[in-house]
Amino acid sequence: MTQTYANLRFMLGNHAIVEGAIAAGCRFYAGYPITPANEISERMAQRMPEVGGRFIQMEDELGSIYSVCGASLAGKKAMTATASAGYNYMQEGIEYAVAAEIPIVIVDVMRQRGENFPTQSDVMQARYGAAGDHEMIVLTPSSVQELFDLTFEAFNLAERFRNPVIVLSEATISLMREGIRIPQPNELRVVSRKKPTVPPAEFMPFRGEEDLVPRMSEFGDEYKVLYTHNPHDEWGRIAWTPKLYEDLYDRITRKIADKADEIAMYDAQMTDDADIVVVAYGSETRGCTEAVRMARSSGIRTGMLKLKNIWPVPAKAMLDSTRKAKTVLVPEMNTGRYFHVVREVLGGNVNTVSVPKNQGRIHSPEEILEEIKRAS
Amino acid sequence: MENPNLKYIRGKRLPTMFCPGCGCGQILNALLYAIDELKLDTNKMVAIGGVGCSSRIPAYLDMYAIHGIHGRNLAYATGVKLAKPELKVVVLTGDGDCGAIGGNHLIHAARRNLDVTVIMDNNGTYAMTGGQMGPTTETGRYSTTSPRGNLEKPFDICKLVETAGGTYVARWTTAHPVALIRAIKEGLSHRGFSFIEVVAQCPTIYGRYSLGISDPVGTIEYLRNNSVTKEQASKMTTEQLVGKIVVGKFVDKQLSTLEDAYREMEVKVAAEMR
Repeated sequence: MTQTYANLRFMLGNHAIVEGAIAAGCRFYAGYPITPANEISERMAQRMPEVGGRFIQMEDELGSIYSVCGASLAGKKAMTATASAGYNYMQEGIEYAVAAEIPIVIVDVMRQRGENFPTQSDVMQARYGAAGDHEMIVLTPSSVQELFDLTFEAFNLAERFRNPVIVLSEATISLMREGIRIPQPNELRVVSRKKPTVPPAEFMPFRGEEDLVPRMSEFGDEYKVLYTHNPHDEWGRIAWTPKLYEDLYDRITRKIADKADEIAMYDAQMTDDADIVVVAYGSETRGCTEAVRMARSSGIRTGMLKLKNIWPVPAKAMLDSTRKAKTVLVPEMNTGRYFHVVREVLGGNVNTVSVPKNQGRIHSPEEILEEIKRAS
Repeated sequence: MENPNLKYIRGKRLPTMFCPGCGCGQILNALLYAIDELKLDTNKMVAIGGVGCSSRIPAYLDMYAIHGIHGRNLAYATGVKLAKPELKVVVLTGDGDCGAIGGNHLIHAARRNLDVTVIMDNNGTYAMTGGQMGPTTETGRYSTTSPRGNLEKPFDICKLVETAGGTYVARWTTAHPVALIRAIKEGLSHRGFSFIEVVAQCPTIYGRYSLGISDPVGTIEYLRNNSVTKEQASKMTTEQLVGKIVVGKFVDKQLSTLEDAYREMEVKVAAEMR
């Protein structure tokens, strides 16, 4: 058996998440039962011992997020997965991981409040859920293939930026089986955290390098770092001055915010001459992509911007792909949350329209086509 | 002459943030004696605390340390031990940190017989936040959130850990420094979940406002005078035991740890995959 089941071609979304994580080097997983994320824990329980990693079912989501923090500090690439209600609990640990700059990956399979129907209603929580100042990296896959690809990428981003990274899945795609091509290990570029090279007495574990990201040692070596979410200086000592606090969170925010355009992952289709551009993310893009094709064939100059990450805001991609646009449609499977972000980026020159549908199902191509026709 | 145990203090920097006469300093000191007498390699240790006065102790130790989030110390510890079982993990916590907000993690870490040592400072109050009642506050005691006396019964956390599956459980007070150092040494040498409760004085808050004793020596004397050994306690009635601190070693046994079970399973998986 190979480490990544390279031969598999048909897979459940939640299982693709697991394989993407393993391919990226994930060797610790902790979870707590919750629908519709259970298949992630179940497959991890099976797979972790096969690849020399470890799985544990914790007593609650807080247990999950903090054991993942502990494992990452001990040098393992680590992940947890949950669904919206469990993701609430994890905000506390995400705040800690931001402050102590611990690379971890969290999968949130979004579900409706109290029910397991699909939704995209955590798009704001994923960015703003945890207390305090920071930027977040949030990826929005739309298919089983992208669940693999973006979970893989989430680990690379977490390791590169020493920050938690969120994969926002949805009940729609997590519980869907689709064809998927799993890359061979030699096709994949795995990123790992930068390690210190200086003697322990000279190591400043919270001094950002040129990219504002500090190097990271691991438990068991001689660097003996203190991790805290209290304000701390570049040596990791608990300290507080107004300037120290400001500088710390300025760096922690900017290490990601400054790289927003570099992090941005998106597909822009037929946007160069488009009068109407549909901006969507996650499973919503599936119907939209088809609708845009239908609109084009009936002569309406329509384009599609599919966002694979929604935070940090891929502002340049939004501006570049709406240069000619008069109207921008933002269909979402919620009450219309990310629409506000798109409108803020595009400003007053474009008519940005929210197209919400909050019924536990994505827009059909026909529904989007109707909106496009109305706007044209 | 420099204190020989100062080498275990991060940056050899003193004083601590603890109030004069606080029991946290004694617990820190007892831990340093235990580490020194056992000749432990501090490069292979991790100290973990949550939030509260005693949870600040890890920040003073010259070893890897997590000054964590309130109550979550044993959740971090679970991840650390599973990821790197060779590390020795010591959790410094308080009665609120691990008996209230972190109670669920405590129960399940004990149930799993996770191979870590927990040293819980029980000062009977939430001292860092100004003296609110806590899970170990005696019935009737005044605090900032029990202005008419505490209506609830205090929690015997040693009994909880014993019931949950802890394999080393002991309670001492800061008035028993020799026994305390011995217990910490036994805990650190124990394979499995070891739990040491240290009933400690808080002269600034609990002593002054709840016990009516504000000098540190008086609060330590109070602990000594109200302590009974588990042997003495076995001959006392429930009424006689009200307000008493039962000290001694309650559990000391060897059982398979989470790590043992995991290794066994991994050997089987490796055999299947060959």
